[in-house]
Amino acid sequence: MSQTQKNAILLLADGYVFYGKAFGKIGTTSGEICFNTGMTGYQEVFTDPSYTGQVLIMNNVHIGNYGVKETDVESDTVKIRGLIGRNLEEQFSRIQAKGSLEEYLINNNIVAIEGIDTRALVAHIREKGAMNCIISSEVLDEKELQNLLNACPDMDGLELASTVSTSEEYELGDKHSRLKVAVLDYGVKKNILNCLVERGAHVRVHPAKTSLQRLKEFNPNGYFISNGPGDPAAMPYAIATIKEILKEDKPVFGICLGHQLLALANDIPTFKMHHGHRGLNHPVKNIITGLCEITTQNHGFGVDPEAVRKHPNVEITHLNLNDESIEGIRLKDKRAFSVQYHPEATPGPHDSRYLFDDFVKMMQN
Amino acid sequence: MPKDNSIKSVLIIGSGPIIIGQACEFDYSGSQAARSLREEGIEVILINSNPATIMTDPMMADKVYLLPLTVESIEQILEENKIDAVLPTMGGQTALNLCKEADELGVWKKYNCRLIGVDVAAIDTAEDREKFRQLMVKIGIKVAPSRVANSFLEGKEFAQQIGFPLVIRPSFTLGGTGGGFVHGKEDLDAALERGLKASPIHEVLVEKAVLGWKEYELELLRDQKDNVVIICTVENVDPMGVHTGDSITVAPAMTLSDTSFQDMRNQAMLMMRSLGNFAGGCNVQFAQNPETEELIAVEINPRVSRSSALASKATGYPIAKIAAKLAIGYSLDELKNQITQTTSAYFEPALDYVIVKVPRWNFDKFKGANDTLGLQMKSVGEVMAIGRSFTEAIQKACQSLENDAVGLGYYGKSLMKSEEIVEYIKTPKWDRIFRIKDALMQGVTVKTISQVTGIDKWFIYQIQQICSIEKELMNYTLQTLPNELLKDAKKNGFSDAQIAKVMHGDCTDEQVYEKRKSLGITRVYKMVDTCSAEFEAKTPYFYSTFEN
Repeated sequence: MSQTQKNAILLLADGYVFYGKAFGKIGTTSGEICFNTGMTGYQEVFTDPSYTGQVLIMNNVHIGNYGVKETDVESDTVKIRGLIGRNLEEQFSRIQAKGSLEEYLINNNIVAIEGIDTRALVAHIREKGAMNCIISSEVLDEKELQNLLNACPDMDGLELASTVSTSEEYELGDKHSRLKVAVLDYGVKKNILNCLVERGAHVRVHPAKTSLQRLKEFNPNGYFISNGPGDPAAMPYAIATIKEILKEDKPVFGICLGHQLLALANDIPTFKMHHGHRGLNHPVKNIITGLCEITTQNHGFGVDPEAVRKHPNVEITHLNLNDESIEGIRLKDKRAFSVQYHPEATPGPHDSRYLFDDFVKMMQN
Repeated sequence: MPKDNSIKSVLIIGSGPIIIGQACEFDYSGSQAARSLREEGIEVILINSNPATIMTDPMMADKVYLLPLTVESIEQILEENKIDAVLPTMGGQTALNLCKEADELGVWKKYNCRLIGVDVAAIDTAEDREKFRQLMVKIGIKVAPSRVANSFLEGKEFAQQIGFPLVIRPSFTLGGTGGGFVHGKEDLDAALERGLKASPIHEVLVEKAVLGWKEYELELLRDQKDNVVIICTVENVDPMGVHTGDSITVAPAMTLSDTSFQDMRNQAMLMMRSLGNFAGGCNVQFAQNPETEELIAVEINPRVSRSSALASKATGYPIAKIAAKLAIGYSLDELKNQITQTTSAYFEPALDYVIVKVPRWNFDKFKGANDTLGLQMKSVGEVMAIGRSFTEAIQKACQSLENDAVGLGYYGKSLMKSEEIVEYIKTPKWDRIFRIKDALMQGVTVKTISQVTGIDKWFIYQIQQICSIEKELMNYTLQTLPNELLKDAKKNGFSDAQIAKVMHGDCTDEQVYEKRKSLGITRVYKMVDTCSAEFEAKTPYFYSTFEN
């Protein structure tokens, strides 16, 4: 932190105030506060479309150390609404890097605040739960900030997926491949598509509100339901499409929001979690094989465990070892499965990439 | 896989006398393991020739043998006790060697005693450079090119094939004796001769030296189901060429992107899984080319090591304690995180602080010893500091060295001119970190320092921040010192004594303390909880820091 940095302020919806220094763009931003415990991969996190609408605390105390690199992204722009850190670094060191974190945030219009006691802040969120917050480096009057914060919409019931979905269809991979995957894009991470293409798939990515008819015109061997931001229960259009897809009796794979939507399409409700799971170290047990995997997670909503357990046609495949939450399900009478975590990782461990192999095998059979 | 109930008594082998490179860290792991096994109702018998250890305290084990670490002693113990299994991975290389010796003589078999937490073949592979290299090639992991030479002529031929700089490592010598770097043709003959002479079997390994590459260490745990987790990633501030025991190290890794880290993680897991079949701890070292980010594996230690003690304290994850439980059959998902007591032991710790380890040398007590750091470890101890930034942690570490350094840069203040310092820091010595700071104070650029030392620029930038604060402080007296600057100095690890010393005019550390106390700039205490505050901790430990 240098002496010349401008002051900045962070105000939480419950009235808590933190004072720090401005970083990135000078301005004001608001959204739902959440924290990520990962120690690597900040650029991938910031560009992950699932973070749309979120103001993110990075628990790791030094962020920006290795600058930014063009290829370490999960989408073309920064998706977080704001950034909170203890030490956000202007100076970086990585020969392959293209620039500093600060320039990157400025170019992407992202307001950030540093010098914050992030540990105290995280403990507060852990106790009180997710809530809205506002960061400003231009408005330093708390009353005025409170008014601005009041205008920030609640994440519960908020539909955001269609705002980050592609507006045009596009294709990736070998056009002559016999393996075709229709992707429903609700904010898909680049590496999910890479993981499919790497396994030989020809992928067509579709806007969120694409009809089954249009998806079928691609003549896919399987359907992929992507990750994305916001409340899955606020997406009746997607739930309806997935119900129709399931009737097609083709392999279906869902990740994160896609997992929640698959559950909703089977009448299993979702709920807003107290403060979500975000990090690269979440322990998951595959209860089919008995083996464990360290997973990347990023979700603020979950599927109702009671409803899953009671459902006659849904089987639990993966469980979280910390809190027993549902991490993976499959349908008993269909080739459809989904996981709450991120097997594509980036950032994070590659322990769960086998799920893409499973999906490919399912489509080949 | 649940606990193996056929194991009712376990022999733990200690590490013997304290020598450079093998000190109290094995006392720590042995004690943890003993406690961990007794918790399970297992009778623990312990052998160590060193009575000046915690593990030999009567309350640590059911029975303690203070005997020489020899096969005869082992036989005596097995004769006098019914022992189901031996856990040799807690006492460093000494314990492993003794275990191997007894194994070769058929002692374990004779007394029907199983080896747990270890695979003898795995130790052999890890210790034998050539076997290690062959295994790595087989599983597709890159290593530095090397050849084993049994004669002077062979050595010269291989040296020419591989190219300079080189490392000459004599076979079967202790602690790297007789080995060394060869930077060019002119030094080769002497180095080869010295190496061959030092080796009892007249054999040396001629290896390509990756001097200047960045060095990382990963601490892993594996259970019998082959679940593997990475407990800690440690980055060496000093590049390859300085023994890790003599390097300033930092956790978590500071300059590693996720792409690089995952590459390292995947390779380390593949290495551990390819190296025999054992449940327990393991340490893997990598070198990374800073330009291409290409990795090579440096070594693997299939046991609890010096660095696992550091990793345990750094993360709060009790590696030896859990490793002992894995050795008796538990799998990671059956065990709880010891700090939160509610979450799983199968996870990877997340840190929200910075750990810095600085070695402590005693060259003043070893008159005539060469104080240049290299392949052979020379430090006699180390300090570990925790801070909410690298600057804070490194300054706290320097203050803890018990050598009158009140922070980074006030020990043995150099009278050298900047060109002399630049020349001086080219060679790694015990005081290099202090001289780097002197160089920065004199205006030498970050780029130059990074170029001549091979130390990543990021660390030099951080030290430069300490210098900027120090320069600012010089402009003020206690009365004129701005509050913000004082707060900033405290957050960056300046001690009160250091601030008093740096500032203009006379003042004492007590006066600085009184001033900051009156301004409310006081310590806060944070937890080491393994999980970055994500979960509530039941048995954490604490460190002090300064926040807004």
